[in-house]
Amino acid sequence: MKIHEYQGKKILSKFNVPVQDGFIINDIKDAENIIQKVQKTFNTEDVIVKAQIHAGGRGKGGGVKYASNFTKALSYTKDILGMNLVTHQTGPEGKLVKKVFITEAYDIKREYYAAITLDRSKKMDVFMVSTEGGVNIEEVAEKTPEKIIKTWIHPMEYLSTKEAEKLAIGLNLSNNLKKDAIKIFKNMYKCYKDMDTTLLEINPLVVTEQEKVVALDAKFNFDSNALFRQQDVLKMQDLDEEDPAELEASEFDLNYVKLEGNVGCMVNGAGLAMATMDIIKISGGKPANFLDVGGKANADTIKNGFKIILKDKNVKAVLINIFGGIVRCDRVANGVVQAVNDLGLDVPVVVRLEGTNAEIAKEILSNSNVEIIPANNLQDAANKVVNVAIKEKN
Amino acid sequence: MSIIVNKRTKVLVQGITGSEGTFHSKQMIEYGTNIVSGVTPGKGGTKALDGKVDVFNSVLDAKEATDANASIIFVPPAYAGSAIIESAEAGIETIVCISEGIPTRDMIKAKHIVDERNICLIGPNCPGIITVDECKLGIMPGFITQKGNIGVISKSGTLTYEAIYQLVQNNLGQTTALGIGGDPIIGTDMKDAVKLFEEDKETDGIVIIGEIGGTMEIESAMWIKDNVRKPVVGFIAGQTAPAGKRMGHAGAIISGGDETARAKMDIMEKCGINVCESPSEIGKKMKEII
Repeated sequence: MKIHEYQGKKILSKFNVPVQDGFIINDIKDAENIIQKVQKTFNTEDVIVKAQIHAGGRGKGGGVKYASNFTKALSYTKDILGMNLVTHQTGPEGKLVKKVFITEAYDIKREYYAAITLDRSKKMDVFMVSTEGGVNIEEVAEKTPEKIIKTWIHPMEYLSTKEAEKLAIGLNLSNNLKKDAIKIFKNMYKCYKDMDTTLLEINPLVVTEQEKVVALDAKFNFDSNALFRQQDVLKMQDLDEEDPAELEASEFDLNYVKLEGNVGCMVNGAGLAMATMDIIKISGGKPANFLDVGGKANADTIKNGFKIILKDKNVKAVLINIFGGIVRCDRVANGVVQAVNDLGLDVPVVVRLEGTNAEIAKEILSNSNVEIIPANNLQDAANKVVNVAIKEKN
Repeated sequence: MSIIVNKRTKVLVQGITGSEGTFHSKQMIEYGTNIVSGVTPGKGGTKALDGKVDVFNSVLDAKEATDANASIIFVPPAYAGSAIIESAEAGIETIVCISEGIPTRDMIKAKHIVDERNICLIGPNCPGIITVDECKLGIMPGFITQKGNIGVISKSGTLTYEAIYQLVQNNLGQTTALGIGGDPIIGTDMKDAVKLFEEDKETDGIVIIGEIGGTMEIESAMWIKDNVRKPVVGFIAGQTAPAGKRMGHAGAIISGGDETARAKMDIMEKCGINVCESPSEIGKKMKEII
């Protein structure tokens, strides 16, 4: 789960990481008051106007502006609030800006990069810093990997002063700044670990003209498996940022990701669901979605699955591929019959059932009044569904 | 021979009185697995599975009383990390964790403790392991397997079943099949399992099934290139998956260039693995090369 910059900064502040702070505007009516409040609170004439969306590259897309006075700040806020912001991470359709963060402004001396994430192959968290802050870090990692300094944290411990010092030394900081940085790095890791974060990135972390180390941005990804014990984080979820179909699916305990094609698929198990998408593509079609109905699929699950798949108007045919283990194929078959009758499906449905109670399931389907296209194996299923999808399209 | 579990494996079930634990314990016993005890804190002294299995309060009690050497975990995700650690600290040699949705933070800790003690952990969020006709320590349908000479390793549950099904269609049986799970932190990884199959005298061929996310398949492929003489067939699920989207499994998300299906398949190919472009070719390909 992701959160906005202003929310991330609130969390960082709690962990004593200095941030460039401010106040949030949700409604243009409040703009004047909030801008003045920022100017007063931070004793500053100039402010930064920052669009709040869950995507990087906001500055380049025109979503972050420096304003030297009140009038400019108000004008930028009017431009940005409600704009459709397109960045390299939003895709060409962009994202509607519904919140604007007004912050204090600094004179910046130097920009750095600092991030913590899980290193899957070492099974440890890795803390990375770089002198190349404020730019695209993926590019730095590719072209000049020696400019990224890393340290790994022991699974049972927090970041030690020694490790934090190693990172600070890597940034060539003067003695006083080094002390501040060590404190900040240790607090960042405490925040990362205690909040069940999977990514904490500050880009840039800056040194100001006043010789202060401050986080100008904050990017958090949280472990969705741990949200049960991070209720404060869960409350920060912005439903406007989530795909409505994916949200609805999660309410039904279904795992759904929308894609661009026209062949809907419903599968049990994430691996088999991906493999089913792959074979649709190899067989000449394009998958419309990823949908894992999980290990407890029954008639209701299948019905809800159909509802979600068919909300996507691109879908011209549906493939159901179930390999029953815990899931019993007869229950799935009953679900298919019920869903087709209740929902009055108007797209062709190809069904492949294998494993637990597959024979009973095949009988249920052939004895029913619903029109489905049975398939014998994975390849057969893919061929059949791609063929009918092409026919429907024409 | 086989790997990790066999007919001598004595199993205790953590969470035996829960609905999942009860259901799958019955299935495992039906398959022939030797379940010697169960653990549910607070229910020690009672009996589970219609009075057939003694329940204990802790893994240590159960192990001392019934001499179990393996455990299988069906406890809710919030407690599953601690359940792994409890088993490890009690001296259980093989731990299979079925539970899905364990926080990564808990798994980093559990993994560290398990590795320190050199214990074999399978999972979490996996279908478990089956040595055909000997021991099923998991939730897979036993009836689809057939005794034979192929080892199967997969990140995914139902895709493991698909591979077994295709092998059987081609009249190839299995020694052992295991699902290692698709989470970011897992116990036994692909390379560990390949190594065990390479050393196993009854296994003549190995199927490895991976997916997008992480670099485990690449590390396995490099190792296979230098160390494995048995034929290996491979498949990577998620060729059509978009970057940055989590595809069901917590670990199945493309966050870097070498985590895509294509990148993994290319490296596997270069390392001498027989890579299937399509998931429907797994059985056929093994038949051709073995």
